[in-house]
Amino acid sequence: MRLTYAGVLLFIVLATLPLELVLHTRVYRRPRRLLLTLCPVAVIFLAWDLLAVRADHWSFDASHTLGLELGPLPVEEVAFFAVIPVAAVLTLEAVRRVLGWQVGDE
Amino acid sequence: MTYTQAAVLGVVVAVLVDLLVLRTSLVRRKIFWVSYAVILPFQLLTNGVLTGRRVVVYNADDILGSSTPTFLGDGRIVYAPVEDVLFGFALILTTMALWVFWGKRESARLSCSGRTGPRQRSRPSARSPRAR
Repeated sequence: MRLTYAGVLLFIVLATLPLELVLHTRVYRRPRRLLLTLCPVAVIFLAWDLLAVRADHWSFDASHTLGLELGPLPVEEVAFFAVIPVAAVLTLEAVRRVLGWQVGDE
Repeated sequence: MTYTQAAVLGVVVAVLVDLLVLRTSLVRRKIFWVSYAVILPFQLLTNGVLTGRRVVVYNADDILGSSTPTFLGDGRIVYAPVEDVLFGFALILTTMALWVFWGKRESARLSCSGRTGPRQRSRPSARSPRAR
């Protein structure tokens, strides 16, 4: 099914949304800091991804992706490097809210 | 370079970036490891779908196991190559370190400009009374 990869990403976005809405992690509400975090991460890990595809470490099965491609990568794989970092930051902020521990930026 | 080598290198570089480049030292903080422990099962679940259903296919020459996804064993954990766990760790640590790095800069800027806010309060235990 062509929606497999997109569905996984959608699940991650929806499953982490309550952290922002219920626990008030204020991650989406700090877009500048979020973009400053996401951009370098995306550049570094997309470069890794492109090199890995070129070296044939892994490849994508077109029958599970939407069919939109950005170079050799399906659009889902590019979105992956925004979705996962946002989910990671949401988790860190949620753990901070719940446990009250410091992360070092206080 | 194989994916196995690249993944180990990725973890080493991410830890060095956290400790020496951004100086966020997240790997020394309990909150990072608790957050990672929360993320890891979800990574295994979602990555298990992507690898178990062969959305992503791996070249057997570049991973420890074979290219056939096995639930556990043959260099695989919940269908994904163990290398993916290292890749994920590097991605998560780099992301969190950058997030905290920009937060630190913001806090420093706010205290320089004399504005008060909840995030600039210094932790009382961070400074011993004798040091003043």
